[in-house]
Amino acid sequence: MSVLEIKNLHVNVETDQGTREILRGVDLVINKGEIHAIMGPNGSGKSTLAYTIAGHPKYTVVQGEILLDGENVLEMTVDERARAGLFLAMQYPVEIPGVTVTNFLRTAKTAIDGTAPSVRTWVKDVRESMTNLKMDKAFAERNVNEGFSGGEKKRNEILQLELLKPNFAVLDETDSGLDVDALKIVSEGVNRAMANTSLGVLLITHYTRILRYIKPDFVHVFVAGRIAEQGGPELADRLEEEGYDRYQVAESAAAGE
Amino acid sequence: MTSTAMPTAEQHGLVAHTDGAFVPVQTRSERFRSVNVDDFEPVNGREHEWKLSPVAAFADLTAGELDGSRPTIETTLRQAQDGADVPGVAISWIDRTDARIGSAGIPEERASANAWSTFGESLLVSVTGEDEKVAVITRSGLGTAPRAAHTVIEAAPFSRALIVLRGTGDARLSENVEILVGEGASLTVVSLQEWSDDSVHLASQFARLGRDSFLKHIVVSLGGKVVRVNPSTHLAEQGADVEALGLYFADAGQHLEQQVFVHHDAPHTKSRVTYKGALQGAGARSVWIGDVLIGPKATGTDSYEQNRNLVLTDGTRADSVPNLEIETGDIEGAGHASATGRFDDEQLFYLMARGIREDEARRLVVRGFLTEIVQKIGSPELEERLIAALEAELQGN
Ligand SMILES: Nc1ncnc2c1ncn2[C@@H]1O[C@H](COP(=O)(O)OP(=O)(O)OP(=O)(O)O)[C@@H](O)[C@H]1O
Ligand SMILES: [Mg+2]
Repeated sequence: MSVLEIKNLHVNVETDQGTREILRGVDLVINKGEIHAIMGPNGSGKSTLAYTIAGHPKYTVVQGEILLDGENVLEMTVDERARAGLFLAMQYPVEIPGVTVTNFLRTAKTAIDGTAPSVRTWVKDVRESMTNLKMDKAFAERNVNEGFSGGEKKRNEILQLELLKPNFAVLDETDSGLDVDALKIVSEGVNRAMANTSLGVLLITHYTRILRYIKPDFVHVFVAGRIAEQGGPELADRLEEEGYDRYQVAESAAAGE
Repeated sequence: MTSTAMPTAEQHGLVAHTDGAFVPVQTRSERFRSVNVDDFEPVNGREHEWKLSPVAAFADLTAGELDGSRPTIETTLRQAQDGADVPGVAISWIDRTDARIGSAGIPEERASANAWSTFGESLLVSVTGEDEKVAVITRSGLGTAPRAAHTVIEAAPFSRALIVLRGTGDARLSENVEILVGEGASLTVVSLQEWSDDSVHLASQFARLGRDSFLKHIVVSLGGKVVRVNPSTHLAEQGADVEALGLYFADAGQHLEQQVFVHHDAPHTKSRVTYKGALQGAGARSVWIGDVLIGPKATGTDSYEQNRNLVLTDGTRADSVPNLEIETGDIEGAGHASATGRFDDEQLFYLMARGIREDEARRLVVRGFLTEIVQKIGSPELEERLIAALEAELQGN
């Protein structure tokens, strides 16, 4: 049984104004096959957690650890983490001029698997996933994310999730900016990936609406760089009604002491 | 290149220009011109047209005697399919007194005038016929002695073709190329520099575009110690349209330069200038100067020029200087952009987060950056060859 463990994670970022502490002791255990939703207000550090798991060089881990089946993830380079089975669907996917989606997908697949995929099945797999995600064939020959709408970029992230078959996926606000149809399509993609490979998912979101389509096993409320409360799916409903005020008041009271 | 979340503005060599930041040194239309080398003062390297060039490396071409004899070039014509001669593209030699010579433009600097004063005969590439065709003219083995050359490419009214003028092997060459695009013609000219490591090549290219004609002009500089290709386009008649593209990859010790000039001189003319370069290795050097002149007759002009440089290692220098002169109030649009940037770390992160190793990710990004130009050439065969050549550059030859 594969497991991703985050222990007492403290993360700083260098800003023009100096060093800022963003994550202040995050603890989280995700088993393969589980869906964990992380919900929290803007600026609470959700993307920071996602990027830190993926190994973005901007974020410095000052304390704590991240373990994948006991292996120290923090010692791995970004590409090693991906090859070890971690995947990050980004909140703002990057445009790569001059690199076609086809070329990019094949290069990534080859890197992850260690060998080039067999041409026939690969082309079929790509086509099938694109059809499932209602992506036009023309996207295959377009440059990665270049000129894609917000929703198209998110579909492209899920396309990669389906094709690269990671063990753990962090989805950073994959739902934001999607209309209802696109939200369904993207959610179905995640659910398909769950069904096919029973991956572990860390689903970062602002809104409960995606949780109608992707059923979380656990919900974590993220406030001011740490998990303020956790519970089951019912916690999401409560957040929808009450918002985060309760936690933020508690947080600022704590900070004021 | 702009980088998104990871600012690199503090890094050496990074400059971004925005519109309106430049005042031309001198009105381009008033620049001195002559076909006679003696009308130019000896080059000292402080002249505006030479000040970014390593003039000492080619004094023989600006001041010395040149061999103006018909060069022993091999002219290979190819059609994509069968290798036979291309119908509609004729190659011949014409006398220097031919009326076409000087009809597209004349020298603005001494190396160009030196070549003009010495060349014996001119190569003539004559394009006729409305069907699409490709011809590759390869010049190799020009030798290490200083030479002059002259070429006229003439596209008859309504004709179409893609002409590649390619240089390989050794050369110390100063030359002029005239491109005459007839009314309604659609011509692509690729100037492909794949010279040997010690070669020096100074070229002035002058294009004159007739009414409603289209020229796609592409300068690809990969090989040579000093390569300076300066294309000027005279949009002389109504509706003329130029797409000027450039691609260069400067390695250690290499100087690759291009001074691009577009003269809008008739109503409703259009220009798009896009040059992209990568620099890698100690002493890799590139210069791009883009002058656009919108003359008083050029109402309804639509113009945009840009230069982007990707700096891959320390110790390189990229100069990028756009100039825009507007002499009429009534234009549709004119703009320029220039940026020299480090590798975009966000792109690198994205690719690596998909398991791709750093060196391969870098290659993908650089290749992607440059292939934007390659993709616009319009000849799959040539595009493939250029991608292979870029691949070789990326592997460090
Ligand atoms: N590179 C950076 N430079 C400066 N500040 C940063 C940087 N990255 C993150 N921060 C700051 O850290 C805090 C947390 O940011 P983060 O992006 O992790 O929040 P988030 O919870 O994902 O917010 P959102 O819901 O808006 O996506 C914010 O205050 C943000 O401004
Ligand atoms: Mg975020």
